[in-house]
Amino acid sequence: RGCSWAAGWRRAWHRAPGVTGRRQRAAACNTKGEAVPAGKSGLAPWLPVVGLEIHAQISSNSKLFSGSQVQFAAPPNSLVSFFDASLPGTLPVLNRRCVEAAVMTGLALNCSINKKSLFDRKHYFYADLPAGYQITQQRVPIAVNGSLSYSLCIDNKRSQMVTKTVRIKQIQLEQDSGKSLHDDKRSQTLVDLNRAGVGLMEVVMEPDMCCGEEAAAAVRELQLILQTLGSSQAVMAEGQLRVDANVSVHHPGEPYGVRTEVKNINSLRFLAKAIDYEIQRQIEELESGGTILNETRAFDSRLGCTISMRDKEGKQDYRFMPEPNLPPLILYDAKSLPSNMNHQQVVNIDWIHQRLPDLPSVKRAKLVEQYAILPEHSFTLLNEDGLTEFFENVVKKTQMKPTKVIGWIIKDLLSYLKQHSIAVKESPVSSFLLADLLNLLEKREISSTAAKQVLAELWKGQGKTPLEIVQEKKLELIKDQKELEEICQTVIDGHENE
Amino acid sequence: KVAVEVLDHLERLALVDFRDTEGIERLQNAIQFADQLHEVNTDGVEPMDSVLEDRCLYLREDDVTEGNCTKELLQNAREKVEEYFVAPPGNIPLPKLEERDTFLQGS
Repeated sequence: RGCSWAAGWRRAWHRAPGVTGRRQRAAACNTKGEAVPAGKSGLAPWLPVVGLEIHAQISSNSKLFSGSQVQFAAPPNSLVSFFDASLPGTLPVLNRRCVEAAVMTGLALNCSINKKSLFDRKHYFYADLPAGYQITQQRVPIAVNGSLSYSLCIDNKRSQMVTKTVRIKQIQLEQDSGKSLHDDKRSQTLVDLNRAGVGLMEVVMEPDMCCGEEAAAAVRELQLILQTLGSSQAVMAEGQLRVDANVSVHHPGEPYGVRTEVKNINSLRFLAKAIDYEIQRQIEELESGGTILNETRAFDSRLGCTISMRDKEGKQDYRFMPEPNLPPLILYDAKSLPSNMNHQQVVNIDWIHQRLPDLPSVKRAKLVEQYAILPEHSFTLLNEDGLTEFFENVVKKTQMKPTKVIGWIIKDLLSYLKQHSIAVKESPVSSFLLADLLNLLEKREISSTAAKQVLAELWKGQGKTPLEIVQEKKLELIKDQKELEEICQTVIDGHENE
Repeated sequence: KVAVEVLDHLERLALVDFRDTEGIERLQNAIQFADQLHEVNTDGVEPMDSVLEDRCLYLREDDVTEGNCTKELLQNAREKVEEYFVAPPGNIPLPKLEERDTFLQGS
């Protein structure tokens, strides 16, 4: 069925032990956005409010302001230039590819692209920020006022989907910091600056979401969009996509409550869990007469709860100031394009817009139109890397209707893949083999039960073709009328007494 | 005059040490000097934030041209562990005004 991943983690959440024994259902709003019913005290219902700050690492060869390489897992401090190490006398030089990535992403999220944007310094002290400040875009970012549409399953059983929208406040370009490895035993921190200076796109989503499920669905869609554009590979496990959630609760009709920021979330599943936990924590705190502090909390994935990160330093004052070493970033479109400028120095918004690939929502619509499959199916196809291609390849090579093929892909193939935790491209059953099998079924040479048996055999990856397996196991359907009559007669004769 | 709380806040944020009356006076003179800006009527004028604002922001091609100088970079490090820089465990915040040895205490 559609959104198998969403259903999957939701089931997992319900099975996992709650923070306290009595809390049984998820602190989710329903898809109509209705409030969470009150706790034991029967007070007015609560409206949770969730906003997100997402940092996506830009997929580029070199860093945002320097020519050192961007690569995951390299020897420590080997991908660091003098500028990245903040040695005196070095200056930032903006990477064109990073600008294009941000423009692409802004356009894909329906933003207005600011033809003039500015860079600022955000000051704070930390060992992995050698300059003592981060270059970001606080005043005038590169893109503003966009939107992202995403879908949710209403009901596990019915597989009905509902579309929601979240507003994008802005997208800004900024530097990543280095990595700190904490060595508590020796009371020291080891610093690797390989990541320092890598380009990031910070995507700020307005607090239009109301629960963990919505947030996870929105981030998933953003992830697919970024991967389709190629502006970021957005793999959460490799730190290419980092999400911080801002959570608060209030009663309907009253002003928004104090919000907390939840950090240290490493997967979509944990994102939903962390948000739902925090919503519940705040409700319980307020219902028992406590208050919510405007603080940062870290999600502990082991315990499934958020923990205060309050340190003795108090509220941060970042002392934002304009970056004195960088003039404003000017972008052009077809109309404003100067005729005498070096092409290499020009980023043309219209040129980029024309070359945007089909976004996931468009791809899904095309699949539904072309193959008459259900919308939920199109979601599942796009959700697994390579599954759409696999499906289309099978359809090309078989006479079976796509609406029947999709069942085999989603119910049979995908469940095998999930069971063995392997990706589509690692599947021992190729699209050729599956197409061959489905052809046998379509030509009524075998029954569908037999086909499932053959698939199980094929899964072993022993190199046999479907036809070979059918013949080996004598799974061919008997088509001869006379033969069938003889068999039936034998059975009837054998049970004459009954 | 700049309040003690502000001076304390500045010492904490920028990790400077005003050290003595002279230091604080220098700060106050600098602020007074900058305050002259208020004498200019800037109604309807776009703020300038850099003398570079009319310059072209140079865009670099996305090629790898730097890095691979671990040895050189670590030369400056007082302490290192297997090619990592070594730092204290997390930030050590400046102690509160009452608890630290600063000239501001007396003010």
